[in-house]
Amino acid sequence: MARRARGTNVREIEMKVNGIAYHETVEPRRLLVDFLRDQLGLTGTHIGCEHGVCGACTVLVDGQSVRACLMLAVQADGAEVTTVEGLARDGKLHPLQEAFWEHHALQCGFCTPGMLLTAYELLQTNRKPEPDAIRDAIAGNLCRCTGYQNIVTAIQAAAQAGGRA
Amino acid sequence: MKPPAFRYVDPRSVADAVGHLQEHGGGAKILAGGQSLLPLMNLRLVRPQVVVDINRISALAYIRETDGVLALGGLSRLHAVVGSDAVTRRAPLLAEAAAHVGHLAIRHRGTIGGNLAHADPASEIPAALLALEGEVVATGPRGARTIAVADLFRGPLSTALDPTELLTEVRVPITPPGCGSVFLEVSRRAGDFALAGIGVLLQRDGEQCARVRIGVCGVGGTPLRMREAERILERSGVTEDTLRAAARAVEHAVAPSDDTQASADYRRHVAGVLTVRALRQAWQRAGREGR
Ligand SMILES: Cc1cc2nc3c(=O)[nH]c(=O)nc-3n(C[C@H](O)[C@H](O)[C@@H](O)COP(=O)(O)OP(=O)(O)OC[C@H]3O[C@@H](n4cnc5c(N)ncnc54)[C@H](O)[C@@H]3O)c2cc1C
Ligand code: FES
Ligand code: FES
Repeated sequence: MARRARGTNVREIEMKVNGIAYHETVEPRRLLVDFLRDQLGLTGTHIGCEHGVCGACTVLVDGQSVRACLMLAVQADGAEVTTVEGLARDGKLHPLQEAFWEHHALQCGFCTPGMLLTAYELLQTNRKPEPDAIRDAIAGNLCRCTGYQNIVTAIQAAAQAGGRA
Repeated sequence: MKPPAFRYVDPRSVADAVGHLQEHGGGAKILAGGQSLLPLMNLRLVRPQVVVDINRISALAYIRETDGVLALGGLSRLHAVVGSDAVTRRAPLLAEAAAHVGHLAIRHRGTIGGNLAHADPASEIPAALLALEGEVVATGPRGARTIAVADLFRGPLSTALDPTELLTEVRVPITPPGCGSVFLEVSRRAGDFALAGIGVLLQRDGEQCARVRIGVCGVGGTPLRMREAERILERSGVTEDTLRAAARAVEHAVAPSDDTQASADYRRHVAGVLTVRALRQAWQRAGREGR
């Protein structure tokens, strides 16, 4: 591990990320998002604002969406984490990913990982969401490129294709 | 940015947490959901020497009913509050207000204790708890004490809690039959803080208004109780005229300020509009309840 700041106490943590078990040492100030990106090399989760407003860092912790910039890695000790890298199965894109591709729901792609996990969670509880419900669910995820319409269309299309899987 | 270095402790009991707070005085900060504290630490506006993470104190997360009171542990997640059957049935105003806080991902982590201790003047839950006449239990080195929510808020981001105290419980009187309640707000997007918000609890006795409680947020340095408007309705019932008079009383009583989100005048105007809408809706809901 890199140099550690004075006065802190490092911790050993265990975490399952996308089904793979990790045992790592972290400084308590290490944010979950930096742990995923820098320590595990899972750079699919993006960092935008680092204070909770953009949603780019959204991941699932024990099945629930959280801002990975507003959680310390030590707080996820013992948890199961899903990142965007965990959506595809056996080299096959998730139906949501297919739909985003098909319906041009991304341009630069910066917001996409957070959008995908937010949409994934929505479809777990609402199989056929109306556009209003989709807009409500993604209100905390900022996209500076698409104007959102194609994201809404893609999520609806994935729902119709049975995108819960 | 990233948070500056700190020492991290994660006690398993309230007593241990209080011990850490006492040992480190003002240098320690409680970490609950982190949805307000971690943004401040990432921006380095807050630099605690010691972070006391209370998330592993599982005994602090509960929602239960006892003796006419709904009791919520300080670590109850806002997501649990919104989805709780007991809250939805016994104090629906609280569940409705909590649903307005942030986005789902924020409510998964954010706690009711953290929300109150943070004391953001635009926060919805404090306004709802004012209308519900709730209280909180603060536990510190000398034991537990009860603070009425009406006495909790001192100013923006400032409360009557001592730095060595933990907000361990929120208590809400169970809403009696014949009541209607509603929480309304105007915000830029779903999940944003309220530009202005209002919580109303109204008890109806036929065509009379037996009791009204009104709390507002976003229109002052703290959440505010709207006593003059309450008096107007309790004295003269709910008619188009008294609704207008109540709205004027609210516009007069609030003390909003200008910021990048909205002007003070706009917030004041919205508070008046929401007053009429919320009272009308609470009156109708109370009518349905009564039958
Ligand atoms: C994108 C976004 C949108 C948001 N929108 C809203 C909104 O619309 N309305 C709203 O009200 N809030 C909103 N918030 C703020 C936040 O959701 C809440 O204020 C709430 O989650 C804070 O609770 P917490 O448990 O996360 O507290 P933390 O961030 O852990 O702590 C907040 C403060 O309270 C102290 N504290 C925490 N728990 C206790 C305790 N038990 N006893 C004593 N002190 C304690 C901490 O030391 C800290 O000073 C938003 C936040 C984000 C990031
Ligand atoms: S980086 Fe976490 S919400 Fe923006
Ligand atoms: S695709 Fe560029 S931010 Fe959304």
